[in-house]
Amino acid sequence: MKKKNGFWGRFLTFLLFFFLYAPIIVLIIFSFNSTKSRTVWTGFTLDWYVKLFHNSSILSALYTTLLISVLAALIATIIGTFASIGIFNMKKRPRELIMQVNNIPVINADIITGVSLCILFVFLGKKLGFELGFGTLLIAHITFNIPYVILSVLPKLRQLDKNLFEAAQDLGCTWMQAFFKVIIPQIKPGIVNGLLMAFTLSVDDFVISYFTAGSVETLSMRIYAMTKKRISPEINAVSTILFATVLLLLIIINVREARQEKAAEKRRASFKS
Amino acid sequence: MKNRKLASLPAIPYVFWMALFVVVPLVLIVVYAFTSESGGFTLENFSSIGSYTMVFVRSLVLSLIATAVCLIIGYPVAYVISKEGPTFQRVAMMLIMLPMWINFLLRTYAWMSILENTGLINTFLSDIGIIGLINRLFGLSIDHLPLINTSGAVILGMVYNYLPFMIIPIHSVIVKIDKATIEAAEDLGADSVTVFRKVIFPLSLPGVLSGITMVFVPSVSTFILSKLLGGGTSMLLGDLIELQFMGGAYNPHLGSAISLVMMIIVMACMAVMNRFGDGEEQAVIM
Repeated sequence: MKKKNGFWGRFLTFLLFFFLYAPIIVLIIFSFNSTKSRTVWTGFTLDWYVKLFHNSSILSALYTTLLISVLAALIATIIGTFASIGIFNMKKRPRELIMQVNNIPVINADIITGVSLCILFVFLGKKLGFELGFGTLLIAHITFNIPYVILSVLPKLRQLDKNLFEAAQDLGCTWMQAFFKVIIPQIKPGIVNGLLMAFTLSVDDFVISYFTAGSVETLSMRIYAMTKKRISPEINAVSTILFATVLLLLIIINVREARQEKAAEKRRASFKS
Repeated sequence: MKNRKLASLPAIPYVFWMALFVVVPLVLIVVYAFTSESGGFTLENFSSIGSYTMVFVRSLVLSLIATAVCLIIGYPVAYVISKEGPTFQRVAMMLIMLPMWINFLLRTYAWMSILENTGLINTFLSDIGIIGLINRLFGLSIDHLPLINTSGAVILGMVYNYLPFMIIPIHSVIVKIDKATIEAAEDLGADSVTVFRKVIFPLSLPGVLSGITMVFVPSVSTFILSKLLGGGTSMLLGDLIELQFMGGAYNPHLGSAISLVMMIIVMACMAVMNRFGDGEEQAVIM
């Protein structure tokens, strides 16, 4: 099996990366273009970035996106973590039923999730007298985040040694102490993973927000509005900033992981000697 | 855990949340689909879907083509990458996932500026004289190739945006194939083509199936791609639904009926998929 790829294999991989990255690179290059042209290079400028930071509608959309994403990720992580522990302790039947419901927002097309929540909010809004806005947007985000938190916490619980919890209680811990000092630290990687995933999903979401936000605007919705009417290199500037942020985050996460792996290996090595 | 009932209590807020915001909305879609604005039972919503048959057909055809293209590109790439060393694999998979972290709309917007009539490709082609050559050969007088606002552009958008969803599950399944199985096949005299056909491909099928679902579902329900790359000329299912809820043709009852039909189509496709693979072994997404 360990036959290395020949020229054609490497070439295919290269073509794929070219296909994936060429549009993004073009986008980034033209954020520095001095005229509005998206095809002819006329000179370097940072004007679009300056304009961007004076564009109040983009800034307020960015603020809404960050606020919603942080709140939704935190709330979803708390609800989801407790729920995972509850689900883990359930009998097989109810557990399987709940996991099926849990998978609905994951499998369903975004537009269905968005539209169905839209119907619910309009329906309840008429009865209870509220309108679509920040609150409904937050609820929608929490709703599509929770399943992913559960999918990343539950496997960690399965790996957990069941006796640990009882051992802690036998040694005099209360239920609460045992929970916070034994269970939580053990499943922490899963919780953190779920939190990060929920946050990125929220930042990235457009479709579900579009149907549930009412007059509130997230960054994705602002970008959508911008692509629909006149086109401005400010969009390119936004994308460049977002791309750089994501790239930086990914590099940090990967370097951290690599370091942790190395440290773990060292520890193992020192045990052996 | 001594008391199971007590130990499952932490799930209560979650169960209520999911019931109210996942199950109830879906029930509402069904109710809306079968009622009229006055609230009475009706099948009219479904009978008026008939006039949108073309939209259904177009959506299905475009997303099936996109799924097929993703599979044709994605499988060889996943296979080739899985043969490389661990560092290469790690970096390659990260590079494949990275574009998915960039906003979907921005990725699509990037293609708009490439495919436009005065976009990069057309400018490049006319600069090197290809457009002029075509004009002379076929006796035409065009100044650009029609790239954007075509079905082809919509398919390209689907492939570009969802290709990683095809590569990732296939790759993750191929890497997990036990090397011993392949060596055993080789020892028993299979050449590399037979090994691939009889061992690697069948074992990678769960990844292929989950890749197909993960490309097909967002493709068939998109409304952004057709708006931005199709120029609104080719309406898709997503557009039709969006129009009933956000557009001028506000009619949530018809919108619900269309959504319901779309959900049923998707579920039917997935059921067929699960028939092929045994369904239990759903490949892990990430």
